[in-house]
Amino acid sequence: MTENKTGKQLLTRLIPFVIFIGVSVFLYIGLFKDASVLESTFIGRPVPEFALNDLVDPSLAHDKSVLKGKPMLLNVWATWCPTCYAEHKYLNQLAAEGVYIAGMNYKDDRVKALNWLAELDNPYKISLFDPDGMLGLDLGVYGAPETFFIDSQGIIQYKHVGDINTRNWNGKLKAVYEQLK
Amino acid sequence: MIPEIGHFSLIVATGLSFLLAIYPLIGAKINHAGMMNSAKPLAIVQFMFMMISFSILAYSFATDDFSIAYVASNSNSLLPIQYKISAVWGGHEGSLLLWALTLGGWTAAVAVFSRGIPVDALARVLAVMGMIAIGFNLFILLTSNPFDRTLPFLPLDGNDLNPLLQDVGLIFHPPMLYMGYVGFSVAFAFAIAALMTGRLDSTWARWSRPWTLVAWVFLTGGIVLGSWWAYYELGWGGWWFWDPVENSSFMPWLAGTALIHSLAVSEKRGVFKSWTVLLSISAFSLSLLGTFLVRSGVLVSVHAFASDPSRGLFILAFLVTVVGGSLLLYAFKGASIKSRGKYGLFSRESMLLVNNVLLIAALLVVLIGTLLPLVHKELGLGSISIGVPFFNNIFFYMVIPFAIALGVAPLMRWKNQDIKPLVSQLTIAAIASIAIGILMPAIFADKIKWVAVTGFTLGVWVIVTSCMEVYMRATHRHTLLKGLTKLGRSHWAMVLGHIGLAMVLIGISATQNYKIEKDLRMVPGDEVVFADYLFKLDGIADADGANYEGYEAVFTISKNGKFETEMRAEKRNYFVQRSMMTEAAIDWGVTRDLYIALGEQLEDNSWAVRIYYEPFIRFIWWGGLVMSIGGLFAVSDRRYRFVNKKIAAK
Repeated sequence: MTENKTGKQLLTRLIPFVIFIGVSVFLYIGLFKDASVLESTFIGRPVPEFALNDLVDPSLAHDKSVLKGKPMLLNVWATWCPTCYAEHKYLNQLAAEGVYIAGMNYKDDRVKALNWLAELDNPYKISLFDPDGMLGLDLGVYGAPETFFIDSQGIIQYKHVGDINTRNWNGKLKAVYEQLK
Repeated sequence: MIPEIGHFSLIVATGLSFLLAIYPLIGAKINHAGMMNSAKPLAIVQFMFMMISFSILAYSFATDDFSIAYVASNSNSLLPIQYKISAVWGGHEGSLLLWALTLGGWTAAVAVFSRGIPVDALARVLAVMGMIAIGFNLFILLTSNPFDRTLPFLPLDGNDLNPLLQDVGLIFHPPMLYMGYVGFSVAFAFAIAALMTGRLDSTWARWSRPWTLVAWVFLTGGIVLGSWWAYYELGWGGWWFWDPVENSSFMPWLAGTALIHSLAVSEKRGVFKSWTVLLSISAFSLSLLGTFLVRSGVLVSVHAFASDPSRGLFILAFLVTVVGGSLLLYAFKGASIKSRGKYGLFSRESMLLVNNVLLIAALLVVLIGTLLPLVHKELGLGSISIGVPFFNNIFFYMVIPFAIALGVAPLMRWKNQDIKPLVSQLTIAAIASIAIGILMPAIFADKIKWVAVTGFTLGVWVIVTSCMEVYMRATHRHTLLKGLTKLGRSHWAMVLGHIGLAMVLIGISATQNYKIEKDLRMVPGDEVVFADYLFKLDGIADADGANYEGYEAVFTISKNGKFETEMRAEKRNYFVQRSMMTEAAIDWGVTRDLYIALGEQLEDNSWAVRIYYEPFIRFIWWGGLVMSIGGLFAVSDRRYRFVNKKIAAK
């Protein structure tokens, strides 16, 4: 075997290694993006069309016009979600401070959701009921709780995954909310 | 106190894995028998300590020890005992412990059952597995300790669980997947050990083969189980979602499938050895990559756990060391792998090469489809989402050459095949397959869809050529019946594997093209017709159980005016867990499933109802099952037992 040929074979066998290193670099960069800022393809777009009933009054139907007109938070929650329970108290506090919060009860049961709100207080100015997760699917909801920040034009500006608490509200989310106009 | 013993056992196991990684390796280098022989007991004792550690965590779940943070956040006192136990691997920390336990188990199994392998080779193999164990155990101890305490603020009870996760499918799905993932570490260790010494002959392939097959059987079973679980529990009527987590189990499966085929060629013919080594490395590397993708939160998917960059960084560093290191070793030591044997253009070897190339192409498609959204974003090109249509389209075109080659390959002889005598046989098979493929939709559907016809034709083609092959081999020297009994188990393994794949193909083609799904609003007495079935909602009644109150909708299904069956779909509201569960009614059959999910009560006494008609969907899981059984046949082939005895006798 000539030296030239051996060198060529070595280069061929190095290909898998080089590809792997390339992939690793991207994985490394991917690791350090803020994981709670999930890219939603809906950021910067208006809320999708929907038709959902009201949680409290089943005969009342809502469409996307209710998520328009003022800056607001759209909070996705469910009674089966322990983090939502932890978050609820803080949402009550925010509502008391005058933050407009719309709620979307997600893949849940109406009776239980109403009991929950009766027991823990209702921070939601308006409550949508999405038992099948249809709007959730359109919004790209991964789980509960998630909160969408919607401006007065009805355009989604930001999405937060996980609970809202004193720390992340004062750290970042408050500023995001105040920028919504 | 008891959890501390678990924590301590884990530390001891980690210490032992350091010894296992270093000591026998030095022994093999300086040819010291005692040091090499230490590998076996080290592997076994390490596994015992892992077992103690894992059992103690399970015990803490069973006894509701909420002073452990991991228990408190993954279980609660009201959970039935079987779900408390499966909650052990329901979260990040515990599932890693299960991973490490599985690795310990495989290492011990190799130590115990590899009697025929020379002591220096075994020492190297076990040392490589010890190195992997170091990485995982340190990962658990340093970033994800399941034994961390919540003291002094002890919670009274744990968190509620999402009721979706309380299911039998979830008890078995992760352990089976892990058995598969981690099982590929054995093939990996054999490949690395062989690269270290440069001794790669067909005995090496023979040692590695049964281990790889067992791992492959588990992985296949795990994927099938996961798909089945998604179908009956999630209530979406789907069976595969091309979700990143599903993809990360599918990639090692594709590499593993290529590997079991190329190992067969390496063992029998002594060719493709370099390729087999690379596949051994790849299958396990992809298992590690899958773990990284799922555990680090780099990709967002329905399954992903909470992400934490320090954990991700650790796994990435580990990944780079293991995979990068072994690929470099392959690049520099690979030259010592010499393949003997020549083969012609038409031969079984060349057909298996085609199979491997196509499997790897499929693997790259899944890899790119899974990682591209990430790369795209890093390059500042914005977010893109690669969805189901991308994968479905590409897989449709790739499966055509794959299935055609799969039908031809078993008919070919090793080395060289005169193609002429096969042409007429293959023509008959092709005509028969196309005819049946076109006829099949006519049986259960009113419309011919060409995508489905292609899928049916390919499935039938594989079945027809497999039968031809069995007939040919059986009647080669004997009468048919006698010949059938003379075929070896690994021959039946191949036949079962291929027919299983054909069933999967038929199932997918039917359900993807002829599935009917309807969202309806029904009041009792309403009737709806589709796919020849008449669904009548007889009534909805209260159906309360011991710990829930619920509604039950009774449907009568008739076909062509004849009563077919009665289906009861339920909606239950559990008081204690405060959870709502939809108990879908599934009427299963060989040729079709009917699936009814009861939705919400709407105003004026009407109910939301979702009905699916899924033709041949069971074929997908049955096919997967048949493939796994094929794998078991291959493992139980007497050749491996014979070889073990013969070498042990030396």
